[in-house]
Amino acid sequence: MIRRTGAELTIELLQRQGISQLAGIPGGANLPLYDALSRSAIRHVLARHEQGAGFIAQGMARTTGSPAVCFATSGPGATNVLTALADAYLDSIPVICITGQVPLPMIGTDAFQEVDIYGMSLPVTKHNFLVRRIEDLLEVIPEAFRIAASGRPGPVLIDIPKDVQQATLEFASWPEPGTADPVQSAPQDVLERAHGLLASAQRPILYLGGGVIHAGASEMARQLAERCDLPTVMTLMALGVLPDGHPLSLGMLGMHGAAATNHALHRSDLLIALGARFDDRATGRLGEFCPDAQVIHLDIDASEIHKLRRADVPLRGDLGATLEKLLGQVRPQRRESWREEIASLRHRYPEPLWGASLERPQDLIRRVGQEMGPDAVVVTDVGQHQMWTAQVYPFSRPRQWLTSGGLGTMGFGLPAAIGAALAEPQRPVVCFSGDGSILMNIQELATATECKLNIKLVLLNNQALGLVRQQQDLFYAGNRFASGFDGEVRFCDIARGFGWSTLDLAETGSDPHRLAEALAKPGPQFIHVPINGEERVYPMVPPGGANHQMLTGEEHECE
Amino acid sequence: MNANNRIPDHQAVLELTVNNHPGVMSHVCGLFSRRAFNVDGILCMPMTDRAHSRIWLRVQENERLNQVVSQLQKLHDVHQVVRHSPEHEVFSRLALFFENA
Repeated sequence: MIRRTGAELTIELLQRQGISQLAGIPGGANLPLYDALSRSAIRHVLARHEQGAGFIAQGMARTTGSPAVCFATSGPGATNVLTALADAYLDSIPVICITGQVPLPMIGTDAFQEVDIYGMSLPVTKHNFLVRRIEDLLEVIPEAFRIAASGRPGPVLIDIPKDVQQATLEFASWPEPGTADPVQSAPQDVLERAHGLLASAQRPILYLGGGVIHAGASEMARQLAERCDLPTVMTLMALGVLPDGHPLSLGMLGMHGAAATNHALHRSDLLIALGARFDDRATGRLGEFCPDAQVIHLDIDASEIHKLRRADVPLRGDLGATLEKLLGQVRPQRRESWREEIASLRHRYPEPLWGASLERPQDLIRRVGQEMGPDAVVVTDVGQHQMWTAQVYPFSRPRQWLTSGGLGTMGFGLPAAIGAALAEPQRPVVCFSGDGSILMNIQELATATECKLNIKLVLLNNQALGLVRQQQDLFYAGNRFASGFDGEVRFCDIARGFGWSTLDLAETGSDPHRLAEALAKPGPQFIHVPINGEERVYPMVPPGGANHQMLTGEEHECE
Repeated sequence: MNANNRIPDHQAVLELTVNNHPGVMSHVCGLFSRRAFNVDGILCMPMTDRAHSRIWLRVQENERLNQVVSQLQKLHDVHQVVRHSPEHEVFSRLALFFENA
């Protein structure tokens, strides 16, 4: 017989799942777990806030595609991690969060640091567990990994009362580790209808979502685009599926997509949606999104099909398995006139030309991307810098790009970058942040220093909540309220205080050599970039507006 | 008198087979409330094996019901969802009970 405490059992089951590192913060209700963790081979990364721990786990999961783990104690520890779980839920990221809970007999008594995290996490997790008996751990831990990784991935929370961690169990054998369920292709008869539409369409567009990356189907999506000559748009979550400059890539669609891209969608007669969920930031006003297009919608999650847009050909299945089948069946196609039409749209709505100077943030971001090279991981926080990065960064591969899409969580960037650097130490990591976002998890600068991580943090500082201010300027009659930071923060002093090397472009000017030098230096580097507060993200579809009616910046200047 | 007559025909009855544990009602009811979908009748009893429960829900039959049903089918504690017409006897008999009371 094997004999273990609940805490030892949990840690060993994590090891058996292949977990070699996890992030968290100890506290009263998870100390038995930490005691057992101290005697294991798992590396613990001590975050400075539980939300940081949650985003570190997300950074690991987003770069590798495998479930990653974070720990938090009961009460405030658990509520702090909730935002990171909600973020993982909306972007379908497999994170396993293990929280300590007050002992079972004290549950429901308003005990010290007791919150009902089971109830609170219910709407923001794929599934959650409150473990009431030690023997349940043998089932719950592998099951949590299976659920997190299967189908459409997502976060799972396991709440373990302290007395369950401390109890002892004798058992005969270890359970098998939980792994993703086998995948299935969409059925053949529906696939044949998809062929029919693909063959007859005159103006088709391939619309790729984050599901393509989750399914590991990027290569097959690219092959489909090339085989059938399909102009391709990507959501924020799918950037990197087609590399920068791919002749069929129309880049990102939607609120901050290129004008020619949104106009091409408006003219399309067939939309092939792969692992995309017709999010409002992508579609704009739904009734006017691709009004003349029939829709082929392939998704692993049946509830996404027909949710917001009726699909003419609903394909429920794994993207990889289905695309493999489809690629074996479709004949190569050429669509000269449609590509010419799109080329003329691009001519009519040209994208701005970014220069070699580093004066504008877009120039600087693109330059940083070129310096970092195709192996780098690029992470952002949320705001203007995020949208500029999405628009101009030279993406080269899937899982290179880590950003908070569905929830749009400021504070995501730094801890997610830490997670990426931990998961793939051979890759350099660059994180773009803003002066609003960075302050939301700035404490994790300490974690990065402690772990000696190779992270370059590029802080674009406009002394404002830039995207908020942009909306106030455009849609609230220029009434700038609560969106500017009047007190100047000396970010480089702060970063040095946390042990980071710094480069302040406010002092050196935007010297490309100094920038390249700082980006190439190993270890944590903090690069402060003051930017013009009047810079805006264009084009922009007004919230609630239709995608083909974008603001490009000129109309505002005329007003 | 006929209790069925009082049930508007734009309703449906859902029969769910679920795991029997203290959180399952929260999972099911939470899904309806956060998708802003009204449930006007609910009944839950453990099945004879005690490991599972059966939940009956009386809900509005409208264009969003399919979406809610597919969301229900995603819940890991929900094993099966069966749709019945509004005349399903579980609620009509319950309605009689309320009238008699």
